[in-house]
Amino acid sequence: MLSTLHHPPRSLSRFLPSKSKTRSFHTKPILSSSHPIIEQPHASSTSPPQSQILSIRHSLLSRHVTATQLAESYLTRLKLTEPQLNSFLHLSNNVLKEAQAIDEKIQRNEDVGPLAGVLVGVKDNICTVDMPSTAGSKVLENYCPPFDATAVKRVKELGGIVVGKTNLDEFGMGSTTEASAFQVTANPWDVSRVPGGSSGGSAAAVSARQCVVSLGSDTGGSVRQPASFCGVVGLKPTYGRVSRFGLMAYASSLDVIGCFGSSVADAGILLNAVSGHDRLDATSSKQEVPDFTSQFVSATLLESKPLKGLRVGIIRETLDNGVDTGVKSAILGAVSHLEELGCTLSEVSLPSFSLGLPAYYILASSESSSNLSRYDGVRYGNQVVADELNALYEDSRAKGFGSEVKMRILMGTYALSAGYYDAYYKRAQQVRTLIQKSFKAALDENDILISPAAPSAAYKIGEKKNDPLAMYAGDIMTVNVNLAGLPALVLPCGFVEGGPAGLPIGLQMIGAAFDEEKLLKVGHIFEQTLQDCRFVPPLVADGFAQ
Amino acid sequence: MASTLFRTIQTHSFMLYPTTLLRRSNGVFYCTMKSTHSQTATQEKQQIRVTPQNQQNKAKTLDKIAKDYEAIIGIETHVQLSTLTKAFCGCPYNYGSQPNTSICPICMGLPGALPVLNSKVIESAVKLGLALNCKLSLNSKFDRKQYFYPDLPKGYQISQFDIPIATGGYLDVDLPIEFGGGHRRFGITRVHMEEDAGKLLHSEDGDYSQVDLNRAGVPLLEIVSEPDMRTGVEAAEYAAELQRLVRYLGVSNGNMQEGSLRCDVNVSIRPVGQLEFGTKVEIKNLNSFSSINRAIDFEIARQALLYSQGQGDQIVQETRLWEEGAQKTITMRKKEGLSDYRYFPEPDLPEVILSAEYINSISSSLPELPEMKRQRYEKMGLSMQDVLFLANDMNVAQFFDATIAKGADVKLAANWIMGDIAAYMKNEKLSINEIKLSSEELAELIASIKSSTISGKIGKEILFELMAKGGTVKRIIEERDLVQIVDPSEIEKMVNKVLSENPKQLEQYRGGKTKLQGFFAGQVMKISKGKANPGLLNKILIEKLNAKS
Repeated sequence: MLSTLHHPPRSLSRFLPSKSKTRSFHTKPILSSSHPIIEQPHASSTSPPQSQILSIRHSLLSRHVTATQLAESYLTRLKLTEPQLNSFLHLSNNVLKEAQAIDEKIQRNEDVGPLAGVLVGVKDNICTVDMPSTAGSKVLENYCPPFDATAVKRVKELGGIVVGKTNLDEFGMGSTTEASAFQVTANPWDVSRVPGGSSGGSAAAVSARQCVVSLGSDTGGSVRQPASFCGVVGLKPTYGRVSRFGLMAYASSLDVIGCFGSSVADAGILLNAVSGHDRLDATSSKQEVPDFTSQFVSATLLESKPLKGLRVGIIRETLDNGVDTGVKSAILGAVSHLEELGCTLSEVSLPSFSLGLPAYYILASSESSSNLSRYDGVRYGNQVVADELNALYEDSRAKGFGSEVKMRILMGTYALSAGYYDAYYKRAQQVRTLIQKSFKAALDENDILISPAAPSAAYKIGEKKNDPLAMYAGDIMTVNVNLAGLPALVLPCGFVEGGPAGLPIGLQMIGAAFDEEKLLKVGHIFEQTLQDCRFVPPLVADGFAQ
Repeated sequence: MASTLFRTIQTHSFMLYPTTLLRRSNGVFYCTMKSTHSQTATQEKQQIRVTPQNQQNKAKTLDKIAKDYEAIIGIETHVQLSTLTKAFCGCPYNYGSQPNTSICPICMGLPGALPVLNSKVIESAVKLGLALNCKLSLNSKFDRKQYFYPDLPKGYQISQFDIPIATGGYLDVDLPIEFGGGHRRFGITRVHMEEDAGKLLHSEDGDYSQVDLNRAGVPLLEIVSEPDMRTGVEAAEYAAELQRLVRYLGVSNGNMQEGSLRCDVNVSIRPVGQLEFGTKVEIKNLNSFSSINRAIDFEIARQALLYSQGQGDQIVQETRLWEEGAQKTITMRKKEGLSDYRYFPEPDLPEVILSAEYINSISSSLPELPEMKRQRYEKMGLSMQDVLFLANDMNVAQFFDATIAKGADVKLAANWIMGDIAAYMKNEKLSINEIKLSSEELAELIASIKSSTISGKIGKEILFELMAKGGTVKRIIEERDLVQIVDPSEIEKMVNKVLSENPKQLEQYRGGKTKLQGFFAGQVMKISKGKANPGLLNKILIEKLNAKS
């Protein structure tokens, strides 16, 4: 075993928050012992997070516990925490029934899938056949799709139980989940703060252990930023790695379905389940899917420098001005930790980095203005009765969409208009090409690139609601990765002051296209060797103080 | 189907159009433009029932006016592909099926559904692109064309904008003889792939409309011509040739009534000698080649009249609707400036990349196309009228080719097909594939007549039996003992018999009433049950009749 105390460069140590404030130790039981939870989230304050999925599988197959008991314990916690969190828009009525079916299979010694008994939260812009799928929008209130998204179908086929549909910014447009038409989700680390977005519900649900893992979607950072805010692992796969069929499109060339877990292993196992070519999505890749789970070596088997020779590039532009000092020090702490693990660290510059944000907002808005045209009230969703056709369109859309969505539709429509196309859309595509090239060059020199996942920790609900530009600026760390189509893993690496127990900070690791395997391997080792940082929010750890 | 045999363009001399214009403007005169019956396969005549003299004079004046102007005509054609499934989903499409029975989440544009391109669409586009002598884009892409309409489920149409799959080709057309004939080459600007929209069904009282999405997502090829046509006839012939082409290629049924082939025509006129184009008007609702022809000629006359009266500024850029009943075009909508479709590349579909190998394999699998067929037939020595008839319908051409491949005489085969067979098909409303006659048997029939095994008259009888009931020529000849009698002594016996049985007539004949030769010939034929070789019969008969005995 290696010593993994952070040794940030002396000159930077002043950025590090004092230890007493930044470490979170939780020892109180979260539930009475009668709840047969496999691995209590609080189980040990010092041991690294273990794969919940693997331990569930082990417990089920060794008949230590039934899927029904497991599901009940999660549902109990979900019901206790939900009034404060509001992570879910809909809950499944079939959880216990599906758990029972798994138990019966186990009873009959039949094979059960690798996700058997695993409760999965699904972002509400991903179609599910047995629950409404609203994308957090009034325009789709009570809309029930006639099909499961491919990702959901695969989760179900492998035994996963969809526990419910998680809250989001309407159609994924937002960074706080405040733009949901239905409710505001709170951050489990501090319920007065946002969980990030747009997959805020999925992140909060995993953080608060309302479910084991969850699916989100990431167009400009919507998996990674909430993972950072909520102290969970968020994985944005390579564009095309996971089928988008059944994901309600926001910006088709950027959208990917991503995975949340409380450990790198869980995110990786979920990615294994949902990855691979789908004939229903022409942009899904035929690239072979390796077994990501083979990466997850137990910490006790690691050598002293398990990442020896791994070239890690720190993206210089991501530690510039505009990044909170607390975030900087947490990242620099992570840098030292990576050095301890044997990595070779160097700074890389991505000169086009700052262009990513405007390019992203032009492209994403342009595509969304087109993708959201179908919500016209004619075939499905809310229709406002009108005397003539244009009024039907106008009223249905005016009443159906929230202001953030309307703003992006307007921006996108403008950018695509005759006479403006070249100045906006086309220019942004050129920037995109530049960004792709600069990432390619940086990843030729480095195995992975690192940066903060967000320039700050979770902020207060309402803080940026009326300042969209400030909110958009928060996406600076993540949008470039979508423009380049690369995979990225965010995992908690430290804390800053704030809330009752500090606020988690996420480290973003960016890999070459279709090299999720490497990210998961590095992430897993990083996580398993990170000492004294346990990312269990007080809401869970304190046993749901009412 | 039978109607497809006949060239569907109806003949109208240009002079007539001003008369319809007059009818429209003062409503007093009446003339019918309707084509009534067809004489032969390629000739259709229209009749004017009432044409008052003064109207004819006015028509002549207008005709003169129109002669001072030149029309510029371009056509946009939408061809619906007859692929088994739609362009981007697995739904089949059958014209006329119950509304909304052939739809799925993808063609309904449900949230989360994605398009996946049917590779047959590319194949069809490449086929047509090659057949139209176009340059193919090795890298093309799809774009979204955005507008709101209830028949457009996604709020955008998947189409191709700045990089169509094929550009810069041409189409060769042979004009029918009755229009003066002649060869024309019309430029093709581009061919691109796109999807069709659904249909709106309006309630009778206009209170509500319903959406039928069966057609939504059906693949189309849009073919844009250069503005190379100058008359309605040329435009209609262009469209007819395009129809032949898609049918020959098997990419579409090309049926205009079902909307599988839809033509929108752009017409402008300019004074002869002027270089700039005039203001163009788009005409829609053209459901047949003849309506293309008539609508254009009407529109040319309308514009020419306005010009000549100094009201050229009343010709505005607009979409006009052809009204078949009234035989005129009316304003449908004025162009609201340039509509902005906000095209951008379709992010849900990868680029369309064609390899040289793929193009070559399609190219080598192309059938003989109408133009090549016509050239070949012409070289065989057939008249242009025959050529145009035979090459018009691919199945007829194949039947003809198969018949002559069996050794049948080219001209005889053409005559049989264009004559009795075509007439039968028309009467029975059958296509050439539906009649029971096979090309083998037609060849056999022609050979039997040529070898004098049967007479032409009997051949005709056998033909009708073959068309209606099938069977083989040999069997019918055998069963009915129809072999022609070519033995002179046998015929002589019959002649002798007839002469001896009709002494009175013989006397009259020899008394100078030589017309009676026909009577005797008929009698001999009757005894022979029609089997006597007519040549021999006449020869022997004349010898006997004139013999001084």
